[in-house]
Amino acid sequence: MSDEPEKKAAHEQPLVHMELLVSNLLRGGVLVSLAFIVVGTIVTFVNHPEYARSSAELQRLTQPGAAVYTSIGQTASGMLAIHGQAIVAAGLLLLIATPVIRVGVSAVAFLWEGDKTYAAICFVVLFLLLVSFFLGKAE
Amino acid sequence: MTPLQFELAVFCVSLAAGLLGALLGLGGGIIVVPALTLLFKIDIRYAIGASIVSVIATSSGAAAAYVRERMANIRVAMVLEIATASGALTGAFIAGLVQPRWLYIIFGLILGYSSLMMFRRGHGEGLVTRRAPWADFLKLHSSYYDEAQRRNVTYRVVRTRVGLGLMYVAGVVSGLLGIGSGALKVPALDLAMHLPIKVSTATSNLMIGVTAAASAAVYFRRGDIDPFVAAPVAMGVLLGAVIGARLLGRLRNSTIRGVFVAILVWISVQMLWKGIRG
Repeated sequence: MSDEPEKKAAHEQPLVHMELLVSNLLRGGVLVSLAFIVVGTIVTFVNHPEYARSSAELQRLTQPGAAVYTSIGQTASGMLAIHGQAIVAAGLLLLIATPVIRVGVSAVAFLWEGDKTYAAICFVVLFLLLVSFFLGKAE
Repeated sequence: MTPLQFELAVFCVSLAAGLLGALLGLGGGIIVVPALTLLFKIDIRYAIGASIVSVIATSSGAAAAYVRERMANIRVAMVLEIATASGALTGAFIAGLVQPRWLYIIFGLILGYSSLMMFRRGHGEGLVTRRAPWADFLKLHSSYYDEAQRRNVTYRVVRTRVGLGLMYVAGVVSGLLGIGSGALKVPALDLAMHLPIKVSTATSNLMIGVTAAASAAVYFRRGDIDPFVAAPVAMGVLLGAVIGARLLGRLRNSTIRGVFVAILVWISVQMLWKGIRG
Protein backbone atom coordinates (compact mmCIF):
# COMPACT_ATOMS: atom_id res chain seq x y z
CA MET A 1 0.00 0.00 0.00
CA SER A 2 2.65 2.47 1.07
CA ASP A 3 5.02 1.78 -1.83
CA GLU A 4 2.32 2.51 -4.41
CA PRO A 5 2.69 6.33 -4.59
CA GLU A 6 6.45 5.97 -4.34
CA LYS A 7 6.51 3.75 -7.41
CA LYS A 8 4.40 6.21 -9.30
CA ALA A 9 6.65 9.10 -8.35
CA ALA A 10 9.74 7.22 -9.48
CA HIS A 11 8.05 6.48 -12.79
CA GLU A 12 6.92 10.02 -13.43
CA GLN A 13 9.89 11.94 -12.13
CA PRO A 14 12.08 11.94 -15.27
CA LEU A 15 9.23 13.27 -17.41
CA VAL A 16 8.47 16.03 -14.91
CA HIS A 17 12.12 17.11 -15.12
CA MET A 18 11.87 17.08 -18.88
CA GLU A 19 8.74 19.20 -18.83
CA LEU A 20 10.28 21.81 -16.56
CA LEU A 21 13.41 21.89 -18.71
CA VAL A 22 11.47 22.34 -21.96
CA SER A 23 9.16 24.91 -20.40
CA ASN A 24 12.02 26.98 -18.99
CA LEU A 25 13.88 26.78 -22.27
CA LEU A 26 10.90 28.03 -24.27
CA ARG A 27 10.21 30.77 -21.73
CA GLY A 28 13.85 31.89 -21.78
CA GLY A 29 13.99 31.91 -25.58
CA VAL A 30 10.77 33.91 -25.78
CA LEU A 31 11.85 36.49 -23.18
CA VAL A 32 15.30 37.09 -24.66
CA SER A 33 14.02 37.41 -28.24
CA LEU A 34 11.14 39.62 -27.10
CA ALA A 35 13.63 41.89 -25.32
CA PHE A 36 15.67 42.25 -28.53
CA ILE A 37 12.58 43.00 -30.62
CA VAL A 38 11.23 45.60 -28.17
CA VAL A 39 14.61 47.34 -27.75
CA GLY A 40 15.20 47.27 -31.52
CA THR A 41 11.82 48.84 -32.18
CA ILE A 42 12.45 51.58 -29.62
CA VAL A 43 15.91 52.27 -31.07
CA THR A 44 14.38 52.48 -34.56
CA PHE A 45 11.91 55.17 -33.50
CA VAL A 46 14.51 57.08 -31.45
CA ASN A 47 16.91 57.13 -34.42
CA HIS A 48 14.14 58.13 -36.82
CA PRO A 49 11.72 60.55 -35.13
CA GLU A 50 10.15 61.21 -38.55
CA TYR A 51 8.60 57.69 -38.40
CA ALA A 52 6.01 59.06 -36.01
CA ARG A 53 4.88 61.76 -38.44
CA SER A 54 5.51 60.97 -42.10
CA SER A 55 3.26 58.53 -43.96
CA ALA A 56 5.68 58.26 -46.88
CA GLU A 57 8.20 56.49 -44.66
CA LEU A 58 5.91 53.48 -44.16
CA GLN A 59 5.91 52.87 -47.91
CA ARG A 60 9.72 52.82 -47.93
CA LEU A 61 9.96 50.52 -44.89
CA THR A 62 7.62 47.89 -46.30
CA GLN A 63 8.40 47.96 -50.03
CA PRO A 64 10.01 44.90 -51.70
CA GLY A 65 13.71 44.83 -50.93
CA ALA A 66 13.29 46.50 -47.54
CA ALA A 67 14.41 43.35 -45.67
CA VAL A 68 18.15 43.93 -45.86
CA TYR A 69 19.20 41.57 -43.08
CA THR A 70 19.38 38.07 -44.55
CA SER A 71 22.29 36.51 -42.66
CA ILE A 72 23.74 36.36 -39.16
CA GLY A 73 26.81 38.31 -40.31
CA GLN A 74 24.81 41.22 -41.72
CA THR A 75 22.63 41.29 -38.64
CA ALA A 76 25.67 41.38 -36.35
CA SER A 77 27.35 44.25 -38.22
CA GLY A 78 24.05 46.15 -38.28
CA MET A 79 23.78 45.74 -34.52
CA LEU A 80 27.29 47.14 -34.05
CA ALA A 81 26.16 50.23 -35.95
CA ILE A 82 23.15 50.45 -33.55
CA HIS A 83 20.61 49.96 -36.30
CA GLY A 84 17.26 49.32 -34.64
CA GLN A 85 16.09 46.99 -37.40
CA ALA A 86 19.23 44.85 -37.02
CA ILE A 87 18.48 44.40 -33.31
CA VAL A 88 14.91 43.38 -34.27
CA ALA A 89 16.31 40.93 -36.84
CA ALA A 90 18.55 39.40 -34.15
CA GLY A 91 15.50 38.93 -31.92
CA LEU A 92 13.61 37.26 -34.78
CA LEU A 93 16.56 34.91 -35.40
CA LEU A 94 16.56 33.92 -31.72
CA LEU A 95 12.82 33.34 -31.86
CA ILE A 96 13.25 31.10 -34.92
CA ALA A 97 16.10 29.18 -33.25
CA THR A 98 14.18 28.50 -30.01
CA PRO A 99 12.11 25.46 -31.18
CA VAL A 100 15.18 23.89 -32.79
CA ILE A 101 17.22 24.37 -29.60
CA ARG A 102 14.29 22.81 -27.72
CA VAL A 103 14.57 19.63 -29.79
CA GLY A 104 18.38 19.52 -29.43
CA VAL A 105 18.32 20.01 -25.66
CA SER A 106 15.54 17.39 -25.28
CA ALA A 107 17.69 14.91 -27.19
CA VAL A 108 20.60 15.41 -24.81
CA ALA A 109 18.33 15.35 -21.75
CA PHE A 110 16.65 12.08 -22.81
CA LEU A 111 20.10 10.58 -23.37
CA TRP A 112 21.15 11.80 -19.92
CA GLU A 113 18.15 10.08 -18.37
CA GLY A 114 18.94 6.85 -20.21
CA ASP A 115 15.84 6.97 -22.43
CA LYS A 116 17.51 5.87 -25.65
CA THR A 117 14.30 5.51 -27.65
CA TYR A 118 13.32 9.15 -27.13
CA ALA A 119 16.87 10.43 -27.51
CA ALA A 120 16.95 8.73 -30.93
CA ILE A 121 13.55 10.21 -31.85
CA CYS A 122 14.79 13.73 -30.99
CA PHE A 123 18.00 13.27 -32.96
CA VAL A 124 16.05 12.09 -36.02
CA VAL A 125 13.80 15.18 -35.82
CA LEU A 126 16.84 17.43 -35.45
CA PHE A 127 18.48 15.77 -38.46
CA LEU A 128 15.34 16.22 -40.60
CA LEU A 129 15.15 19.91 -39.62
CA LEU A 130 18.78 20.50 -40.61
CA VAL A 131 18.31 18.68 -43.94
CA SER A 132 15.22 20.72 -44.83
CA PHE A 133 17.05 23.91 -43.82
CA PHE A 134 20.02 23.19 -46.08
CA LEU A 135 17.88 21.96 -48.96
CA GLY A 136 15.93 25.21 -48.78
CA LYS A 137 19.13 27.01 -49.69
CA ALA A 138 19.30 25.39 -53.13
CA GLU A 139 16.23 27.31 -54.24
CA MET B 1 -0.67 55.92 -41.95
CA THR B 2 2.66 56.67 -40.27
CA PRO B 3 5.11 53.87 -39.38
CA LEU B 4 4.26 54.35 -35.69
CA GLN B 5 0.52 53.95 -36.28
CA PHE B 6 1.24 50.90 -38.45
CA GLU B 7 3.25 49.21 -35.69
CA LEU B 8 0.52 49.85 -33.10
CA ALA B 9 -2.32 48.65 -35.36
CA VAL B 10 -0.48 45.47 -36.42
CA PHE B 11 0.36 44.81 -32.76
CA CYS B 12 -3.34 44.86 -31.81
CA VAL B 13 -4.39 42.56 -34.67
CA SER B 14 -1.56 40.17 -33.81
CA LEU B 15 -2.61 40.09 -30.16
CA ALA B 16 -5.95 38.62 -31.24
CA ALA B 17 -4.21 36.19 -33.61
CA GLY B 18 -1.92 34.95 -30.84
CA LEU B 19 -4.80 34.50 -28.40
CA LEU B 20 -6.89 32.48 -30.83
CA GLY B 21 -3.88 30.53 -32.09
CA ALA B 22 -2.84 29.51 -28.57
CA LEU B 23 -6.35 28.29 -27.70
CA LEU B 24 -6.87 26.33 -30.91
CA GLY B 25 -3.37 25.06 -31.70
CA LEU B 26 -3.26 27.01 -34.97
CA GLY B 27 -0.49 29.28 -36.15
CA GLY B 28 -2.47 32.47 -36.45
CA GLY B 29 -1.68 32.77 -40.17
CA ILE B 30 -5.39 32.76 -40.93
CA ILE B 31 -5.62 36.19 -39.25
CA VAL B 32 -2.16 37.65 -39.88
CA VAL B 33 -1.94 37.10 -43.66
CA PRO B 34 -5.33 38.57 -44.67
CA ALA B 35 -4.95 41.44 -42.18
CA LEU B 36 -1.51 42.43 -43.51
CA THR B 37 -2.36 42.11 -47.20
CA LEU B 38 -5.93 43.43 -47.27
CA LEU B 39 -5.96 45.93 -44.38
CA PHE B 40 -2.39 47.22 -44.52
CA LYS B 41 -1.57 46.56 -48.22
CA ILE B 42 1.66 44.73 -47.36
CA ASP B 43 3.42 42.68 -50.05
CA ILE B 44 2.29 39.02 -49.90
CA ARG B 45 5.91 37.84 -49.48
CA TYR B 46 6.35 39.88 -46.30
CA ALA B 47 2.90 38.85 -45.08
CA ILE B 48 3.82 35.17 -45.40
CA GLY B 49 7.21 35.83 -43.80
CA ALA B 50 5.48 37.55 -40.87
CA SER B 51 2.94 34.75 -40.58
CA ILE B 52 5.64 32.07 -40.25
CA VAL B 53 7.12 34.20 -37.46
CA SER B 54 3.67 34.31 -35.88
CA VAL B 55 3.45 30.49 -35.98
CA ILE B 56 6.71 30.19 -34.03
CA ALA B 57 5.74 32.97 -31.61
CA THR B 58 2.36 31.32 -30.89
CA SER B 59 4.02 27.96 -30.42
CA SER B 60 6.80 29.01 -28.04
CA GLY B 61 4.72 31.60 -26.21
CA ALA B 62 1.89 29.20 -25.37
CA ALA B 63 3.79 25.92 -25.14
CA ALA B 64 6.00 27.20 -22.29
CA ALA B 65 2.87 27.16 -20.12
CA TYR B 66 1.22 24.09 -21.69
CA VAL B 67 4.27 21.90 -21.18
CA ARG B 68 4.62 22.94 -17.53
CA GLU B 69 0.94 22.22 -16.84
CA ARG B 70 1.23 18.90 -18.73
CA MET B 71 -1.55 20.08 -21.03
CA ALA B 72 0.78 19.45 -23.98
CA ASN B 73 2.05 15.87 -24.26
CA ILE B 74 5.80 16.14 -25.00
CA ARG B 75 6.19 12.48 -25.95
CA VAL B 76 3.31 12.52 -28.41
CA ALA B 77 4.73 15.73 -29.91
CA MET B 78 8.26 14.31 -30.28
CA VAL B 79 7.09 11.07 -31.91
CA LEU B 80 4.79 12.84 -34.36
CA GLU B 81 7.37 15.51 -35.23
CA ILE B 82 9.29 12.78 -37.09
CA ALA B 83 6.27 12.40 -39.37
CA THR B 84 5.60 16.13 -39.86
CA ALA B 85 9.27 16.94 -40.50
CA SER B 86 9.72 14.17 -43.08
CA GLY B 87 6.38 15.11 -44.63
CA ALA B 88 7.49 18.73 -44.98
CA LEU B 89 10.69 17.53 -46.61
CA THR B 90 8.72 15.40 -49.08
CA GLY B 91 6.46 18.37 -49.80
CA ALA B 92 9.44 20.59 -50.60
CA PHE B 93 10.77 17.89 -52.96
CA ILE B 94 7.59 17.27 -54.93
CA ALA B 95 6.55 20.94 -55.10
CA GLY B 96 6.17 21.78 -58.77
CA LEU B 97 5.11 18.23 -59.66
CA VAL B 98 1.62 18.66 -58.23
CA GLN B 99 -0.85 21.34 -59.19
CA PRO B 100 -1.68 23.47 -56.13
CA ARG B 101 -5.24 23.77 -57.42
CA TRP B 102 -6.06 20.10 -56.77
CA LEU B 103 -4.27 20.23 -53.45
CA TYR B 104 -6.49 23.08 -52.32
CA ILE B 105 -9.58 21.09 -53.30
CA ILE B 106 -8.42 17.85 -51.62
CA PHE B 107 -7.25 19.73 -48.53
CA GLY B 108 -10.52 21.65 -48.38
CA LEU B 109 -12.53 18.42 -48.56
CA ILE B 110 -10.39 16.72 -45.87
CA LEU B 111 -10.83 19.70 -43.53
CA GLY B 112 -14.55 19.84 -44.21
CA TYR B 113 -14.89 16.16 -43.35
CA SER B 114 -12.71 16.59 -40.22
CA SER B 115 -14.84 19.47 -38.98
CA LEU B 116 -17.98 17.33 -39.33
CA MET B 117 -16.38 14.41 -37.46
CA MET B 118 -14.99 16.67 -34.76
CA PHE B 119 -18.40 18.20 -34.26
CA ARG B 120 -19.93 14.73 -33.84
CA ARG B 121 -17.22 13.49 -31.49
CA GLY B 122 -18.21 16.20 -29.00
CA HIS B 123 -20.85 13.85 -27.61
CA GLY B 124 -18.65 10.81 -27.20
CA GLU B 125 -15.58 12.21 -25.47
CA GLY B 126 -14.48 9.74 -22.83
CA LEU B 127 -12.82 6.48 -22.00
CA VAL B 128 -11.29 4.36 -24.76
CA THR B 129 -10.36 0.77 -24.08
CA ARG B 130 -8.90 -0.47 -27.35
CA ARG B 131 -5.45 -2.02 -27.47
CA ALA B 132 -2.59 0.32 -28.25
CA PRO B 133 0.76 -1.54 -28.45
CA TRP B 134 2.69 1.36 -30.00
CA ALA B 135 1.43 3.89 -27.50
CA ASP B 136 2.22 1.45 -24.68
CA PHE B 137 5.76 0.96 -25.93
CA LEU B 138 6.33 4.70 -26.42
CA LYS B 139 4.70 5.51 -23.05
CA LEU B 140 2.34 8.03 -24.62
CA HIS B 141 -0.55 7.71 -22.14
CA SER B 142 -0.74 10.59 -19.68
CA SER B 143 -2.94 12.81 -17.59
CA TYR B 144 -3.50 16.51 -17.01
CA TYR B 145 -5.36 18.69 -14.53
CA ASP B 146 -8.47 20.24 -16.05
CA GLU B 147 -9.21 23.57 -14.36
CA ALA B 148 -12.74 23.80 -15.73
CA GLN B 149 -13.69 20.33 -14.49
CA ARG B 150 -11.57 20.66 -11.33
CA ARG B 151 -10.18 17.16 -11.66
CA ASN B 152 -7.30 15.16 -13.06
CA VAL B 153 -8.15 13.73 -16.47
CA THR B 154 -6.32 10.50 -17.36
CA TYR B 155 -6.29 9.55 -21.01
CA ARG B 156 -5.05 6.72 -23.21
CA VAL B 157 -3.51 7.37 -26.62
CA VAL B 158 -4.59 5.00 -29.41
CA ARG B 159 -3.82 4.42 -33.13
CA THR B 160 -0.33 5.87 -33.06
CA ARG B 161 0.43 4.57 -36.58
CA VAL B 162 -2.67 6.24 -38.04
CA GLY B 163 -1.62 9.43 -36.27
CA LEU B 164 1.87 9.19 -37.77
CA GLY B 165 0.38 8.72 -41.24
CA LEU B 166 -1.93 11.71 -40.89
CA MET B 167 0.90 13.88 -39.54
CA TYR B 168 3.02 12.90 -42.53
CA VAL B 169 0.20 14.09 -44.82
CA ALA B 170 -0.09 17.29 -42.75
CA GLY B 171 3.65 17.82 -43.22
CA VAL B 172 3.47 17.26 -46.99
CA VAL B 173 0.59 19.72 -47.32
CA SER B 174 2.31 22.41 -45.28
CA GLY B 175 5.54 21.84 -47.22
CA LEU B 176 3.67 22.26 -50.50
CA LEU B 177 1.26 25.07 -49.68
CA GLY B 178 3.02 26.69 -46.73
CA ILE B 179 -0.20 26.51 -44.72
CA GLY B 180 -2.32 24.28 -42.56
CA SER B 181 0.22 23.69 -39.84
CA GLY B 182 -2.34 23.23 -37.10
CA ALA B 183 -5.60 22.79 -39.00
CA LEU B 184 -4.76 19.18 -39.86
CA LYS B 185 -2.83 18.34 -36.67
CA VAL B 186 -5.61 18.97 -34.17
CA PRO B 187 -8.16 16.71 -35.98
CA ALA B 188 -5.52 13.95 -36.24
CA LEU B 189 -4.78 14.13 -32.50
CA ASP B 190 -8.45 14.37 -31.60
CA LEU B 191 -10.11 11.97 -34.04
CA ALA B 192 -7.43 9.35 -34.66
CA MET B 193 -5.45 9.27 -31.43
CA HIS B 194 -8.29 10.20 -29.06
CA LEU B 195 -6.46 12.87 -27.08
CA PRO B 196 -8.73 15.18 -25.04
CA ILE B 197 -9.49 18.32 -27.06
CA LYS B 198 -7.42 20.62 -24.81
CA VAL B 199 -4.45 18.24 -24.98
CA SER B 200 -4.88 18.14 -28.77
CA THR B 201 -4.71 21.92 -29.23
CA ALA B 202 -1.89 22.31 -26.68
CA THR B 203 0.19 19.51 -28.25
CA SER B 204 -0.43 20.89 -31.73
CA ASN B 205 0.84 24.21 -30.39
CA LEU B 206 4.08 22.64 -29.24
CA MET B 207 4.56 20.91 -32.60
CA ILE B 208 3.85 23.74 -35.08
CA GLY B 209 6.89 25.76 -33.97
CA VAL B 210 9.35 23.01 -34.89
CA THR B 211 8.15 22.52 -38.46
CA ALA B 212 7.86 26.28 -38.98
CA ALA B 213 11.41 26.96 -37.72
CA ALA B 214 13.10 25.25 -40.68
CA SER B 215 10.98 27.16 -43.22
CA ALA B 216 11.37 30.43 -41.30
CA ALA B 217 15.16 30.18 -41.51
CA VAL B 218 14.89 29.71 -45.27
CA TYR B 219 12.51 32.68 -45.57
CA PHE B 220 14.87 34.83 -43.54
CA ARG B 221 17.81 34.04 -45.80
CA ARG B 222 15.68 34.72 -48.87
CA GLY B 223 14.83 38.20 -47.53
CA ASP B 224 11.13 37.47 -47.03
CA ILE B 225 11.10 38.52 -43.38
CA ASP B 226 10.96 42.31 -43.07
CA PRO B 227 11.85 43.17 -39.45
CA PHE B 228 9.62 46.23 -39.55
CA VAL B 229 6.56 44.10 -40.40
CA ALA B 230 7.52 41.05 -38.34
CA ALA B 231 8.37 42.98 -35.13
CA PRO B 232 4.83 44.10 -34.18
CA VAL B 233 3.50 40.68 -35.27
CA ALA B 234 5.96 38.86 -32.99
CA MET B 235 5.30 41.17 -30.02
CA GLY B 236 1.52 41.03 -30.37
CA VAL B 237 1.35 37.29 -30.97
CA LEU B 238 3.66 36.48 -28.05
CA LEU B 239 1.55 38.52 -25.64
CA GLY B 240 -1.68 37.09 -27.05
CA ALA B 241 -0.36 33.53 -26.82
CA VAL B 242 0.63 33.95 -23.17
CA ILE B 243 -2.87 35.24 -22.35
CA GLY B 244 -4.47 32.45 -24.41
CA ALA B 245 -2.43 29.80 -22.61
CA ARG B 246 -3.79 31.04 -19.26
CA LEU B 247 -7.34 30.83 -20.58
CA LEU B 248 -7.34 27.34 -22.13
CA GLY B 249 -7.46 25.43 -18.84
CA ARG B 250 -10.48 27.40 -17.61
CA LEU B 251 -12.57 27.09 -20.76
CA ARG B 252 -15.03 24.24 -21.23
CA ASN B 253 -14.14 21.44 -23.66
CA SER B 254 -17.30 22.07 -25.65
CA THR B 255 -16.39 25.75 -26.09
CA ILE B 256 -12.94 24.92 -27.48
CA ARG B 257 -14.39 22.26 -29.77
CA GLY B 258 -17.14 24.57 -31.01
CA VAL B 259 -14.81 27.46 -31.85
CA PHE B 260 -12.30 25.11 -33.47
CA VAL B 261 -14.95 23.48 -35.67
CA ALA B 262 -16.25 26.90 -36.76
CA ILE B 263 -12.73 28.06 -37.76
CA LEU B 264 -12.08 24.73 -39.50
CA VAL B 265 -15.23 25.12 -41.61
CA TRP B 266 -14.08 28.62 -42.53
CA ILE B 267 -10.60 27.43 -43.59
CA SER B 268 -12.09 24.55 -45.57
CA VAL B 269 -14.45 26.86 -47.49
CA GLN B 270 -11.52 29.19 -48.25
CA MET B 271 -9.42 26.28 -49.55
CA LEU B 272 -12.23 24.98 -51.76
CA TRP B 273 -12.84 28.46 -53.12
CA LYS B 274 -9.14 28.87 -53.97
CA GLY B 275 -9.10 25.48 -55.71
CA ILE B 276 -12.31 25.97 -57.69
CA ARG B 277 -11.42 29.48 -58.79
CA GLY B 278 -8.05 28.10 -59.96
